[in-house]
Amino acid sequence: MKALTTLGYVLALPILLVLVWWASTLGAVNFFVPTPATLVGKFGEVWFGPRFLSDVLPSVGRLLLGVTAAIVIGVVGGVLIGSVRWLRALLEPVLEFFRAIPPPVLVPVLILVMGVTDPMKVAVIISGCVWPVLLNTIEGVRAVDGVLSDSAHTYGISGWARVRYLVLPSASPQIMAGVRQSLSLGLILMVISEMFASSSGLGFTIVQFQRSFAIPEMWSGIVVLGLLGVALSFIFQWAERNILRWYHGQKEVENAA
Amino acid sequence: MSSNAMASGGPVPSVGRDRRSVRRLPLKQLLGLAGIAGFLATWELIPRLGIIDERYLPPATEVIVALVRDFGLTAFWISVGETMTAWFLGLVIAIALAVLLGFVIGSSDFLRKATNSTVEFLRPIPSVALIPLAVLLFGVKIESSLMLITYAAFWQVLIQVLYGVADVDMVANNTAKTYGLGRMARIRYVVFPTALPYLMTGVRLAATVALVLAITAELVIGSPGLGREIALAQSGGAISGMYALVLATGLIGVLINGLMRFIEKKTLSWHSSVRSEVIV
Repeated sequence: MKALTTLGYVLALPILLVLVWWASTLGAVNFFVPTPATLVGKFGEVWFGPRFLSDVLPSVGRLLLGVTAAIVIGVVGGVLIGSVRWLRALLEPVLEFFRAIPPPVLVPVLILVMGVTDPMKVAVIISGCVWPVLLNTIEGVRAVDGVLSDSAHTYGISGWARVRYLVLPSASPQIMAGVRQSLSLGLILMVISEMFASSSGLGFTIVQFQRSFAIPEMWSGIVVLGLLGVALSFIFQWAERNILRWYHGQKEVENAA
Repeated sequence: MSSNAMASGGPVPSVGRDRRSVRRLPLKQLLGLAGIAGFLATWELIPRLGIIDERYLPPATEVIVALVRDFGLTAFWISVGETMTAWFLGLVIAIALAVLLGFVIGSSDFLRKATNSTVEFLRPIPSVALIPLAVLLFGVKIESSLMLITYAAFWQVLIQVLYGVADVDMVANNTAKTYGLGRMARIRYVVFPTALPYLMTGVRLAATVALVLAITAELVIGSPGLGREIALAQSGGAISGMYALVLATGLIGVLINGLMRFIEKKTLSWHSSVRSEVIV
């Protein structure tokens, strides 16, 4: 019974929305809004074919590559800058400025420097995604508990072991918050880098459909992007739950006390 | 949430560290300035030494001169005005909608459960996916920018408001009920003050996101503003001009961040807790 209620809560509103959409497109034919049936049909037709291999997979590959590189650079840089006081003071204003630059404006810059190539698209994703991870890591490393830090020092834990067993776990909740921001930003940048100057990829394809007024196809592309966003979000939540299991457990104990 | 972090003796910054940093302040700022100088010097040297072709990355001095020249041009300020108008309007619409819906959904358990799946599904949809739709509906007008900005900023604020309303202390709420405060009065005196810090965090995040989307819309769609100028400068080969505009967007970003932190400080001056931010 309880499971049924939960399922009802999860499904009721989406079903209602689809019904409203279906009912509103029954009579009048609106050029901008395809019927649910058309959209589902087009979706299968457009995306479950050669296009999946030629446009979707490369896009997703570039996205994952860019985000992974951004996370590695951000965490390594963040641990370094967060641990060294003078380095942080030295770089803080510059980093603040770079974070404040809206990442999409780097697309024309990188096109100039690298040309319209696949590395350019990955570079766009990295250049935007690295900041949330970097800055959150710096904050997380700074906030390492003083007592723990002193204990580690007393036991002679230093260097790599200190980073591995003290700094990274302490900073991990913050790092994950940064990664979460990076993921959604990465998806946005992936699309923009393909819309701006490209001949393949998800962003490019959707713009092509729009320019040729293939409205149902365009919508199906928007749905693909949406599903991609949702999938990334779920994968992230699952990963976060596993990585931060100890942390959430600790929080529960603290809150219960 | 915040009170728990205090009570549990979580990682609260120690007072001693603060006192040290006050004494170090001038040194810290000097280091910061040195960092900026170092960055500019590096930038100056890279094209001068031919590591990257000067045609693609002009030296820093050249770009700064172009930026100063921009400051004297009416056209530049008109573009800035267009971008900021789109940013402000989109942000205000998003905040208004999100606060309204957030309080309505948040104040009822049933609505919260019923909308959860839809919110979780719609939130990760990247707002740039709506670009083609915006082009079809509005073309290169400001409405295109507004559509993207509002969509992106709305979720940031809504999620924070929902968190904030959920954080209301039941004892305080029941006390207010006992004293005969009506629903509206409870929202005004109990729920709103509790949710305000969360709301401000959401607004600050949304302000940044709104700027990113405003520039994106101008860049990709060509609605009026700085983003369009950047695209035009790039296709017209005015490279120093393009870099100057990129710097300008960065400066606007810094200003918006500063402004938001200031507003947050002002509105939450009564709120003494060191709250841990829920970053969405």
